[in-house]
Amino acid sequence: MTRLRINGRAVTINADEQTPLLWVIRDEIGLKGTKFGCGIGMCGACTVHVGGRPTRSCVTQLGAVEGADITTIEGLDPQGDHPVQRVWREIQVPQCGYCQSGQIMQAAAMLKDFPEPTDADIDAVMTGNLCRCMTYSRIRQAIKQAASAMAESKA
Amino acid sequence: MSRGKNVLPEAGPTSSRSAGSRVKRAIAGVVAVAVVGICAFLAFAWRPAIKEVPTPEASSFSPVLIQQGARLAAAGFCASCHSVTGGKPFAGGYAMKTGFGTIYSTNISPDRETGIGTWSEEAFLRAMHEGVARDGSHLFPAFPYDHFTKLSNADVHALYAYIMTQPAVHAENHPNEMPFPFGYRPLQAGWKLLFFHPGRFEPQTDKSQVWNRGAYLAESLSHCSACHTPRGPLGEELTNRLYQGAAVDGWYAPPLTDANPSPAPWTSAELSDYLTTGMSRYHGPAAGPMSPVTHELSTLGAEDQKAIVTYVESLGGGDARGSHAQAAVTSALAIDAQDRTQIRSEGGRLFVSACASCHYNRLPDVNPNRPELGLNSAVFLDDPSNLIRVILYGVSAKEGSGGIVMPGFAHGMSDADVASIATYLRNTRTDKQPWPDLPKQVATIRAAGPGEIR
Repeated sequence: MTRLRINGRAVTINADEQTPLLWVIRDEIGLKGTKFGCGIGMCGACTVHVGGRPTRSCVTQLGAVEGADITTIEGLDPQGDHPVQRVWREIQVPQCGYCQSGQIMQAAAMLKDFPEPTDADIDAVMTGNLCRCMTYSRIRQAIKQAASAMAESKA
Repeated sequence: MSRGKNVLPEAGPTSSRSAGSRVKRAIAGVVAVAVVGICAFLAFAWRPAIKEVPTPEASSFSPVLIQQGARLAAAGFCASCHSVTGGKPFAGGYAMKTGFGTIYSTNISPDRETGIGTWSEEAFLRAMHEGVARDGSHLFPAFPYDHFTKLSNADVHALYAYIMTQPAVHAENHPNEMPFPFGYRPLQAGWKLLFFHPGRFEPQTDKSQVWNRGAYLAESLSHCSACHTPRGPLGEELTNRLYQGAAVDGWYAPPLTDANPSPAPWTSAELSDYLTTGMSRYHGPAAGPMSPVTHELSTLGAEDQKAIVTYVESLGGGDARGSHAQAAVTSALAIDAQDRTQIRSEGGRLFVSACASCHYNRLPDVNPNRPELGLNSAVFLDDPSNLIRVILYGVSAKEGSGGIVMPGFAHGMSDADVASIATYLRNTRTDKQPWPDLPKQVATIRAAGPGEIR
């Protein structure tokens, strides 16, 4: 029995402690926005937030998140209107879209640490999130635009 | 004996017989000496049982005393060893793998049949100060009585009050798995003769009261040196290498002296954050066996926390080198900025894909939620165990400051992958010698498994 909070809701999961968090999120809880990519923590498609930090859920074991607070793409903003999500739509970042929830979760977390990200910051933090459609230039543009929008709304 | 001597020649002495009888007599002599020696040793090792008493009523202790005992029990991490993950507190069963076999911690809840509910305070005091159980048997020094002997009687009294008022848990003790003769308890008397120095803590008059309080807690209850000091062939702490770092439970407890290789000094401020919140800006989260230590220390009063920090700082003298921190940070972050230009190496590519999204930092300072590997002792120690363990098994939400996770990559990365990341970090972050045989070391640690995560 593992207790955790997911998108603000307390849940108790009855599964082996070694079950990947991604399986729990998709199959036990039924939230399908988080995607399975490589399964070995190398592509970033399964990124969620654990305690507000971006975390690859395919290699995170259920036992490691006992008591933790987890946010998936569905919980990033109740209306799907996080500044990063808004610019994602405006710029039409996705092509096939498969990696995008992971990209958005990683980008949203990055903007908390680096509110004015440089190209070097984006390269360092986002390189681990692969996009086989090669939308990288739009991802970079969207992150910068979201950073500006967030700075303006704070001002 | 003298009669035997007279009788033997009459039996018809031949040269061979007389030689035989001499051998027999010599054997008899050796046996006699051995028997006398063993008897003498057993007499020396023998300790009386202390008679069972009714378990004291909770009302026989004042609430203030019980509360004081609770804080002391936290500072001694009693529950860390005397409980298992998911188990009841103080019910025992925690496996400690030693060079002498596996020792299981015992039930110290006040259950009368399986715990210590029948122990008088006298018996409890003797166990703490002398390492002898109520029934008179010698305890193994896996129970750090060699530290607890320094505790004042008053503090042992408070601990007794606390332990005896906890819920009794009926849980049989797990038998130890120790090959002969290590599991034979009377031999512990010999170990004590060689290595155990009973006696209360003696304050150093040339040191401050705060320092002495810290020294008292760290050397007695908190038994810091039990992990951070290397041990000799018989498991004794090598007091001439006090706090110089040691391998323990599959981890490496880093030196607390100025031999600690982290480029950022362990200042009082860093130590305070680390020991009382489980996380420091420059040294990252407390993981593995250090994690429960920081959780327990977080519950101490501010004065005791300050005292422990004062004492531990004095071991390494980090405050005097406080000004080195900025240069160390600047240098580490300059290397971070180079990661993407160095992805020619396999380890570099893996690091950029799997690690940098969390471990990258940018000037002017380190974000404590992004542990900076260019400052972390795991990368700088001569023993790579800590780094390998964390890459393989991660850091759970219960460790460090809590609520945050580093996933383990044991299922995603081969031994060669983990070794290449470790090699990459060692080459780019430090000026230390490369770690030898890394893939083999990774394989060994992987085979040992994650162990207890609490």
